[in-house]
Amino acid sequence: MAVLEADNLSKHFRARRGVFGGERGVVRAVDGISFTIEVGRTLGIVGESGCGKTTTAKLALGLEEPTGGSIRFDGRNLQGLDHAGRRHYRKSVQAVFQDPYASLNPRMRVDAIIAEPLVTNESLPGTEVRARVLRLLDQVGLPARAADLFPHEFSGGQRQRIAIARALALSPKLVVLDEPVSALDVSIRAQILNLLRDLQAELGLSYLFIAHDLAAVAHMSHTIVVMYLGKIVESGDARTLARTPKHPYTEALFSAALPSHPDERREEIILSGEVPSPLNPPSGCRFHPRCPHAMPRCGDEEPKLRDVEGRLVACHLYDTDEHRAPIRIAAGASPVS
Amino acid sequence: MSASTLLEIENLSTHYVSAQGTRVVRAVDQVSLRINAGETLGIVGESGSGKSTLALTILRVLPPAAQIVSGKMLFEGEDLLQKSDVEMQHVRGKRIAMILQDPMASLNPLFTIGDQVAEPIRVHEGAGRATAWRRARELLKAVRIPAPETRLTQYPHEMSGGMRQRIVGAIGISCEPRLLIADEPTTSLDLTIQAQYLNLLRELQRAHGLALIFITHNLGIIAKMCDQLAVMYAGRVVESGPVSQIFNTPAHPYTEALLNSIPRMNDSAQRLTAIEGQPPDLAAMPPGCAFAPRCVRAFDRCRVEAPPEFTADDDRTARCWLAATCSTPSNMLFRGATA
Repeated sequence: MAVLEADNLSKHFRARRGVFGGERGVVRAVDGISFTIEVGRTLGIVGESGCGKTTTAKLALGLEEPTGGSIRFDGRNLQGLDHAGRRHYRKSVQAVFQDPYASLNPRMRVDAIIAEPLVTNESLPGTEVRARVLRLLDQVGLPARAADLFPHEFSGGQRQRIAIARALALSPKLVVLDEPVSALDVSIRAQILNLLRDLQAELGLSYLFIAHDLAAVAHMSHTIVVMYLGKIVESGDARTLARTPKHPYTEALFSAALPSHPDERREEIILSGEVPSPLNPPSGCRFHPRCPHAMPRCGDEEPKLRDVEGRLVACHLYDTDEHRAPIRIAAGASPVS
Repeated sequence: MSASTLLEIENLSTHYVSAQGTRVVRAVDQVSLRINAGETLGIVGESGSGKSTLALTILRVLPPAAQIVSGKMLFEGEDLLQKSDVEMQHVRGKRIAMILQDPMASLNPLFTIGDQVAEPIRVHEGAGRATAWRRARELLKAVRIPAPETRLTQYPHEMSGGMRQRIVGAIGISCEPRLLIADEPTTSLDLTIQAQYLNLLRELQRAHGLALIFITHNLGIIAKMCDQLAVMYAGRVVESGPVSQIFNTPAHPYTEALLNSIPRMNDSAQRLTAIEGQPPDLAAMPPGCAFAPRCVRAFDRCRVEAPPEFTADDDRTARCWLAATCSTPSNMLFRGATA
């Protein structure tokens, strides 16, 4: 069962230049993407800066209005929601951000921080609020005395636990995790990732997990979506996608991931160039100027996402019917269309 | 000291002292390390482990509150700690260069790329502007900047993060140093750009016979780039040795726990092995071994007495009593090797 379904979702920003400058084009930050987050499961989004993963997170949180397509939450279209429906939606979707030094108000005590969503959204008696705060602290592995302290009295990992407790205060169905461990010390990251998994198992939460550490995404996610310049280039089961990437970009991205052992020798695909400006994306397949397998038609015709062995890939290499036999073009050979 | 040793650090301590002298933070504490010519040494540690202070100590560019309390730093046979400030100016940028984490902070926004890449050549080699700019163009080509001619006259804000970091790399190698210290050079870069940059560094290293010190919190970078590894925890080197040996048989429980706590690409759905607790406060260190409160193997002695650095015959060291229990002074077997 799906908790959130995005259908052909787009978010375009108008770009302006200078103080009096007129419109100079459109940034297609998210351009017609579709995905589904199942109940109790984790969808991981990977991609480099500018690929649209943070915009996708903001759309899911209702912090940005889509310029095209729709989001359905619990089977109901967000566009058609009235005020009360919106309020309910905002309670059901919560977020944990990257930097727990920035996301907690330094002037508030921990119990006030965690209680704030309860106080603003539900009219509960004070004793009930306090009891809920203590239960949340216990759930995220913090002692009850933490409630009366200020954020500066905690380390990064503990602060992230506080941020998680706040996100859980309204018993959400979906939690958006935007780089939840990358600001933390290496020895603390595993604690937080384990906590997030335990909470998911215990509370049946769904996660939208965004991180640049591919191994962490592969570890946490059930499904992975790979984005490039606002488009989904590949999506599918996390472990198979990580093990056998199909799209040339996914392949290059995962080959650029750092090894976990010095004896691990992998074929490295080093992409030339950098991600082009989203203001002026390449024609056809947006990846073709950097793609080692690019063919003439890649520059003209945009590949559609199609089913390739149980996952979705947007690449002309998989257009032919024989795609069951993986198409591998030897490096250096000139590909023919 | 063998002929190929480039830098040998012995028993180095750098402390930060508060204005009243009441609080002392032992940021770098009794550190001994060695790096050979052309080799890559990785220094891995969490924030506050002292790895960046160690780099600043090697270049002697510490903030005023820091004091180098003891030790020796023999670079090509000369003790850097005995040099005058003027003499150090001839070492920095010429014989030892450094790349910092944030390329935007290490480039001056008001000067052109050409001026900044040419500056060390003009300062250290007394070259004229025209010669220095010609060299700068060659350097930009070496770090794969397309259209180097036009880039020379541009400013840092006109370039992407990956390109800026390559320019910082070009400045680093401009005077053909023997040693390049890179402090988290790829943290601000995207994954595919990071891969490009790491490969570039490796090529430059081969082409110029550079020794590299890589400072990072990322064990993946160590696995990819380094020959030797030093693991720092709370200001001390808790383990050092050849990278693949340490990854295969870590001698210190901290190293072992760190290696186990990292998610791997092809692992199953199991839980990660987390390290409980927090890194210690450097101003209020526990007695005994700094890692003992978090160590699953700690015993009574660990909590009262800090272990010295034990050395094994194959150039591995470990600051752990467990490394001592199964060792003899001449031939030491690490616990991990027998387990």
